[in-house]
Amino acid sequence: MGNHSDGTPTSSDAVAKAGHDEVDKFQDPGLPPHRLRLADTDPKAAKRAEHQVAWLFIISIVGTLIFFVGYFGVRLDDTLDTLRLQNTFLGIGVAFAMLGIGTGIVHWARALMPDHEVAEERHELRSEEDRLAAIQIIDDIVDETGIKRRPLIRNTLIGAVALAPLPAIAIFRDLGPLPGNALRHTLWKEGERLSRDPDGTPIRAADVTIGSAFHVIPESLNKLEHGKLNEKAKAVVLLMRLNPEDLNPSEGREDWAYNGIVAYSKICTHVGCPVALYEQQTHHLLCPCHQSTFDLTQECKVIFGPAVRPLPQLPITVDAEGYLVAQSDFHEPVGPSFWERG
Amino acid sequence: MSTAPQTTFEPKTATGRITNFVDERVGGSGMLREFGRKVFPDHWSFMFGEVALYTFVILLLSGTFLTFFFDPSMAETHYNGSYVPLKGVEMSVAYSSSLDISFEIRGGLFMRQVHHWSALLFVAAVSVHMLRVFFTGAFRKPRELNWVVGGVLLILSMAAGFTGYSLPDDLLSGNGLRIIDGVVKSIPIVGTYISFFLFGGEFPGTVIIGRLYMMHIMLVPALILLMIAIHLFMVVIHKHTQYPGPGRNDRNVVGYPLGPVYAAKAGGFFFIVFGIIAFVAATFTINPIWNYGPYDPSPVSAGTQPDWYIGWVDGALRLMPGWFFNIPMEWHIRFPWGVNTLSFNVLGPALIPAGIVFTALFLYPWIERWVTRDNREHHVLDRPRNVPTRTAIGVSGFIFYCVMWAAASSDLIATHFQVSLNDVTYWLRALFFIGPVLGFIVTKRVALALQRKDREIALHGRETGRIVRLPHGEFQEIHAQLDDYKRYKLVGYESPVAEEGIPNENGIVTKKENLRAKLSGFFFEDRVAPATPSELEAGHHHEAIEASDDDKAIKH
Ligand code: HEM
Ligand code: FES
Repeated sequence: MGNHSDGTPTSSDAVAKAGHDEVDKFQDPGLPPHRLRLADTDPKAAKRAEHQVAWLFIISIVGTLIFFVGYFGVRLDDTLDTLRLQNTFLGIGVAFAMLGIGTGIVHWARALMPDHEVAEERHELRSEEDRLAAIQIIDDIVDETGIKRRPLIRNTLIGAVALAPLPAIAIFRDLGPLPGNALRHTLWKEGERLSRDPDGTPIRAADVTIGSAFHVIPESLNKLEHGKLNEKAKAVVLLMRLNPEDLNPSEGREDWAYNGIVAYSKICTHVGCPVALYEQQTHHLLCPCHQSTFDLTQECKVIFGPAVRPLPQLPITVDAEGYLVAQSDFHEPVGPSFWERG
Repeated sequence: MSTAPQTTFEPKTATGRITNFVDERVGGSGMLREFGRKVFPDHWSFMFGEVALYTFVILLLSGTFLTFFFDPSMAETHYNGSYVPLKGVEMSVAYSSSLDISFEIRGGLFMRQVHHWSALLFVAAVSVHMLRVFFTGAFRKPRELNWVVGGVLLILSMAAGFTGYSLPDDLLSGNGLRIIDGVVKSIPIVGTYISFFLFGGEFPGTVIIGRLYMMHIMLVPALILLMIAIHLFMVVIHKHTQYPGPGRNDRNVVGYPLGPVYAAKAGGFFFIVFGIIAFVAATFTINPIWNYGPYDPSPVSAGTQPDWYIGWVDGALRLMPGWFFNIPMEWHIRFPWGVNTLSFNVLGPALIPAGIVFTALFLYPWIERWVTRDNREHHVLDRPRNVPTRTAIGVSGFIFYCVMWAAASSDLIATHFQVSLNDVTYWLRALFFIGPVLGFIVTKRVALALQRKDREIALHGRETGRIVRLPHGEFQEIHAQLDDYKRYKLVGYESPVAEEGIPNENGIVTKKENLRAKLSGFFFEDRVAPATPSELEAGHHHEAIEASDDDKAIKH
């Protein structure tokens, strides 16, 4: 017993060696006998099916009517409710219209159309003869061009064909300007006031209580004629006030904060989402896109998630009127890394 | 045969006259004769490809409607429509026109919903269709090229979805673009330039929506259409595959003739798909852009999700740690001209998993053919259990994908199950590596077990649940023997054995051949042979031997 699992290769082509003796194999019994449906034998059942199909088509007609009731019957005022109501009428109407037709036809096909499965031979995809002829034709064509005998033509042709697509690439050059230094600068500059996003009212240092957080834009942003979004996409800042002893500024950054008030770029150093969530108790900033977590007490070092670099800090101070202002631009590019960033 | 038309043939019926008119001018009769009764096998799992086709048609219809009203301009405007909460808000024309489609155009919201829901279903149908093709081995010769076309369609469908998702220029779509911009910038050497060329300068600029619009309504749909045409053309050339069963083999095709049954069922099914989408669009709101507001680089709401088909890439971005213990995944590389930055924490997860998935997907038919040396044409599908290793590979890849996909919702998982977000991420990181391996092992065991059960049933029949007491006191359950047709379904498959390396003409087993032999072992080592008539015969005589026999059937 058990020799069925010991294979013997049956052909040297050995596509798949039959795992068992070829003779000891169940023979294909052929298609099972056709079984008649009720509707094939009983005229009453057939009549019933006919009626069912017709009813389904009638449901479709009703659906189309429902659509028109919704389209002309529902008056839109300025509320979402009427809009929703109309949308429901239109959708349900179309749904019935379509489902009626669809189920009707399918039911018709299943119950009443002939359901004999038939077998058809597959044709040979390819004939040996055709293939030989095709190869011959290709050879002849290549031969008649003489390209093999005339390397000069061949080589210059290769050169020409290799170069010809270059204009098709070069012509896209004006899709945009070169990066230049654009990614290294933002609207922030010495004396630029920190103002509230989005209305642009400047923020007094005294307004910033411990534990509070502000979404900040440069005061001059709203005065821009155009390119506002481009500038905003780089310049947005989060402003928070901690106990000064919770901040641990590194050398050279001791005076970047004012009275425990710190400003950090809001553009995630991962791929650029706004780091919008501030957890007051832990002093963590969380990026909602891929959950990079930055620790405010460690100069926004990454403590979890896919980002690598800390959020850039904006050095701030106050002006004569007590408003928060930037000491300078960021000292490094904000947002995601790029090849030339260095 | 085309007859000499003008003279001999006199049509008698109206149908005949029309057919004759057309045939005399363009000669369609030959085609109708070829296709009118062409046989198509039927099975529920063949439905997914149809759903994909129909949802694409619905996308074309609803999308064309939207183009009549949508304006892809990024010029600034102040909203002046009927949605009160946004009155006077500064926004792009694209966003405002999407709002107008929703609020001002009767049926516009419905069309947007139909378009979006069919987009989700389209990509889903393409994906599930590919899984069906994979697990049943339908990609084998002669259909390898069509498998590749299918893979291209999968990529194109995701591109269509993504470009469309970005068009309304709402907060979420803009955030999606921002992520794309960040990923593009991480490409070494050319990344920054590509970003600037794509956005016409710095992100977000004022041109990206117009450019995506062109791709979304022209380039990508045209490519999809072309690929679908090639795809269906090849289906017709190859004829459809069929599931194994009595009367079905590699030389025939068993099913319903195109006209009328198959055409009616397929045509009817289009309306059903349309109806279901209309129903869903009527009852479930998708992408309520008025809740999100216009794109603004500053706010973002937590818990928002990309469309499902983008999830796995987003999830990969989430899974990647920026710091591997104390080693940063962003590297500053010193060159003679200065220092350049390679952001592997972004580039790696964006490229590597997708690279693995698509490379494996495109190459798999050739890999399997090389390993199995099976160069025959196959028109009968495999039941997944009968090719345990392939099925296990498929499940393993599927799990790989699903882990990334789940990772895109790590925050939702964390809040829903009230566990720490970081823990969810750690677990998913582990699963990313372990999941596919476990999936492989478990699937293979399950497939082998199912095969053994098939053997059991083929040889001993089905359990009936009726217990009888034999004369000598033993209790036994009555088994109902299968009829020949049912049995053939269980035994009509091949179970090749692993191959030794085959020496080449110089009598040497090359390194490559050795590798192939090893892989062949990997593929075929564990096998359950189909039951044979002699076993059935033997079983009728000595029931007792059978019990131990089964254990031998699986060899290691
Ligand atoms: C081929 C597959 C396609 C997919 C997967 C797809 C997907 C999408 C998605 C997800 C949206 C966002 C919908 C929303 O507003 O919620 C969209 C918008 C849009 N699509 Fe398509 N689409 C496809 C084809 C087309 C075609 C062929 C056209 C036009 C001929 C078209 C025209 C539009 C337009 C005008 C919009 C913007 C309208 C709006 O958002 O209000 N789409 N598409
Ligand atoms: S963009 Fe912030 S974590 Fe990815």
